[in-house]
Amino acid sequence: MAAGSEQALFDAASLWPPVLLTLHLATASTVLLLIAGVPIAWWLARTRVRWKEAVAAVVALPLVLPPTVLGFYLLLALGPGGPGGWLAGLAGARTLAFTFEGILAGSVIYSMPFVVQPIRNSFGAMGNRPLEVAATLGASPWDAFWTVAIPLARPGIVSGAVLGFAHTIGEFGVVLMIGGNIPGETKVLSIAIYEYVETLQWARAHVLAGGMLAFSFAVILLMMVQLKRTGRQDT
Amino acid sequence: MTAIPESILARFSGSLGAFRLEVEFEAPTRGVTALYGPSGCGKTTVLRCIAGLKKMDGLLRVGADVWQDDATGVFRKPHRRSVGYVFQEASLFPHLSVLRNLQYGARRAKPAGVRDLLRFEDVVELLGLGSMVDRSPTALSGGERQRVAIGRALLSQPRLLLMDEPLSGLDQVSKEGILPYLEALHQQLSIPILYVSHDIREVARLADTIVVLSNGRPVTAGPVDRVLERLDLELGPGPFEAGVVLRAQVAGHDPQFRMTRLVLSGQEIAIPAASLRVGDEVRLRIRARDVALATSRPTEISVRNILAGTVLEIAEDPETAFAEVLIDIGDGRLRARITRDASADLGLVTGKRVYALVKSISFDRPAIGPRRPEAVGG
Repeated sequence: MAAGSEQALFDAASLWPPVLLTLHLATASTVLLLIAGVPIAWWLARTRVRWKEAVAAVVALPLVLPPTVLGFYLLLALGPGGPGGWLAGLAGARTLAFTFEGILAGSVIYSMPFVVQPIRNSFGAMGNRPLEVAATLGASPWDAFWTVAIPLARPGIVSGAVLGFAHTIGEFGVVLMIGGNIPGETKVLSIAIYEYVETLQWARAHVLAGGMLAFSFAVILLMMVQLKRTGRQDT
Repeated sequence: MTAIPESILARFSGSLGAFRLEVEFEAPTRGVTALYGPSGCGKTTVLRCIAGLKKMDGLLRVGADVWQDDATGVFRKPHRRSVGYVFQEASLFPHLSVLRNLQYGARRAKPAGVRDLLRFEDVVELLGLGSMVDRSPTALSGGERQRVAIGRALLSQPRLLLMDEPLSGLDQVSKEGILPYLEALHQQLSIPILYVSHDIREVARLADTIVVLSNGRPVTAGPVDRVLERLDLELGPGPFEAGVVLRAQVAGHDPQFRMTRLVLSGQEIAIPAASLRVGDEVRLRIRARDVALATSRPTEISVRNILAGTVLEIAEDPETAFAEVLIDIGDGRLRARITRDASADLGLVTGKRVYALVKSISFDRPAIGPRRPEAVGG
């Protein structure tokens, strides 16, 4: 870098860590969301037990709850007196609150409905028939799940992953409650924007907010194109 | 040494809501067995039970293998049953090409031991799939898709092929297009086929054995020609579709008048020209309403086919104007539907010598014997 861009270098250095941390958080969340969300969606779409809607309601709770309420309970759960604290104790720490792992756990719970719903819909829409066909062709249920159900649910899985990723990127309330504002650990993009606005650093807030705007637009556009393409395939 | 049972024995009972299924039948391990009955009589449920897709109380033995036996707690999971299942809708995997669809079952097929394997090229040729393999299932017509589904089922090397009204979702043209392929299957494969249908014409054309179901119970079962002769059964969409199935050999062609001559029970008949070879065996379905009777051999008459026989049985329906007459014509039997008035006028009684008159144009297009489907319908 040229010496004349020292100011810009300084700016970039202070702007990048929240962005990278946010991407790191969103990527990790998306992976965990899919690992947990696909089986939950599969179970919800296939099971005939009566209380499945109760489970579905629990998964969907973050849609209605204010992030502060969810954040409050998560804070208790992750803190020294909760299961999160016990888990942290195994690793020699006192608490999961105000750590990256803590906000990761919070993000996964908070974004779960956005991932489970489209995937559940995809599994539901394909019906029993493809799996019956696979069974009569000699595929075990496990085999049929990977070779038939997952490929057929791909549009829903892509939608779920994109929504989960985007939702984690934009998260604010839950992170604020359980993560605080620790640079490199819990200071994510939305927190950084909030801080810049509070401290009247509007130029920096503009850069991050504008970036978010462009990113969100791109995500929505991508989703619509994807939905339209799968709609065409079905006909 | 105990003989290996060469049959499929199925016995299922259970309830589906208010509907009660109580079925037991035995089907040969050769040829096509039709499960025939009106919609909602439980045919599809029986097929699903045989495939293991549905579980009901019962017993299922295929050859020497027991697939389900409640007494010993045996219930084989569907993917461990060597069945090919062709559903009403082709149900091809839309995310796979036609080729990958065909390979899906083939790759999972268990080594079948001494049994002849169905080779990929043979199945592709038999069903005329050659031009489709590289395409996507979404680019195929309904009839083509169903042919791929049949091929896919066959390539999983099944011991038993189950077909659930494979033609019911198709329009008339596609139906006519696919029937020759089904006939070819019947002729060229040694795998037994259980064929569910509510269309007596399909059954008459394809099946060797028929199991008639009504309201979840079997009404009768037996060789299709014997069952179709029975005057006490009303099969089909009403008395006007009643008829028999007879086998005849092609004796020759008359190019000038475009007729094909057949020998039926030693007597000659003629049908409109069909692209068949001399010596081919054909199946003819003759509806009772297309047969007229005379007590002496008529002359100077446009009807070409006059078959001599004797009256075996007369069933009069006092509620209607009609009587059904069963006539022995040597190796086969004909059904004639005439008015009771005519029957009385002719003095028909069992054992009486009669002449059955069948108009040549009344034949359904004959089902052919050992020929390739491409050659049919000229």
